[in-house]
Amino acid sequence: MTPPQRQRRFPRAAPSPKPAEPARKKEGGGNPERLYVVAGPDGERADLDLVTLIVAGSPDPPPSATPEQAALLRLCAAPLSVAELSAYLSLPFGVVTVLLTDMLAAELVQARFPIVREALPDRSLLEAVMHGLQRL
Amino acid sequence: MDFKGSETIPGPRAEDQLPQTAQAAVKIVIVGGFGVGKTTMVGSVSEIKPLTTEETMTQAGVGVDDNFGSASKTATTVAMDFGRIKITDQLVLYLFGTPGQERFWFLWNGLFEGALGAVVLVDTRRLEVSFDVMGRLEERGVPFVVAVNSFPDAPRYPIADLRSALDLSERVPILECDVRRRASSRDVLMTLMRFLHSLAMTGSLT
Ligand SMILES: Nc1nc2c(ncn2[C@@H]2O[C@H](COP(=O)(O)OP(=O)(O)O)[C@@H](O)[C@H]2O)c(=O)[nH]1
Ligand SMILES: [Mg+2]
Repeated sequence: MTPPQRQRRFPRAAPSPKPAEPARKKEGGGNPERLYVVAGPDGERADLDLVTLIVAGSPDPPPSATPEQAALLRLCAAPLSVAELSAYLSLPFGVVTVLLTDMLAAELVQARFPIVREALPDRSLLEAVMHGLQRL
Repeated sequence: MDFKGSETIPGPRAEDQLPQTAQAAVKIVIVGGFGVGKTTMVGSVSEIKPLTTEETMTQAGVGVDDNFGSASKTATTVAMDFGRIKITDQLVLYLFGTPGQERFWFLWNGLFEGALGAVVLVDTRRLEVSFDVMGRLEERGVPFVVAVNSFPDAPRYPIADLRSALDLSERVPILECDVRRRASSRDVLMTLMRFLHSLAMTGSLT
């Protein structure tokens, strides 16, 4: 019996493995990370990835917080990804990014941006992941 | 939107909380056709109970195709399972089980563009359902390995035959697995990481 036959495809002219995102490695200086905002069909949104980690500045919501904001602050007392927030809140990912856009602007939460694939992957990062998987 | 009160929302269990030192996350995407074992694989390696994130497609013409009728207000909910593995106190790995149809991918910002790499899960009873997804990954320059989830009644082909049928270069790893077993799923992820590492050494995808 022979399996069906596929035909390989090739990278398109301009592969862009880097989404527009703030420089993550800019350490030091207590400079809060700049919030980049992208214009979407329903207004402006912070450029948040599924695995951007969100941390509450303080778990106690200000009196002005909406119920959604209060719930979100409580959830990310410890760092939590946008995907996890979406799952725990039972809200679509896009709705959570809209909520977070306001909260980032109001500095109620901070974002820790993910490490994304680059043309030349960082070998020490890959080695760290391999070590972590081996412990599983 | 049916929003529950803040008090009623259970968050992560205490033992599932990430340390404050968690600085950044990376992600790997597991992609394949319906029923191929994506959810099972996420569940077998995740350290937390797998979670689901949803997104709703509402616009006409944006990914909404004949499967869902042609009405302009058609809404489709697309769900994606995911799991998590803490790598170090600073680094976290997330695994996303993603539907094979590319029209869903744009719903999640940077799902593939930002991923370290992908696992294409295939079932040899219907190998052709994974052809398109492999082509899309090739076009986008996303490195992937092919994991053959072995179902008992599925035809078994020698790896060399599969490689030739899938038209994959010698470099692209192909391996058999049983995603119900954690060790087997972990091997798949390790194979992907070693492949990425070899790409980093040679600086090229081909
Ligand atoms: N025999 C066998 N069954 C499997 C295996 N992996 C998954 N299944 C079963 O196949 C079904 C579909 O798997 P699921 O993970 O939900 O597929 P998904 O649609 O890709 O998320 C489930 O009933 C699984 O228990 C496998 O390796 N061997
Ligand atoms: Mg599934």
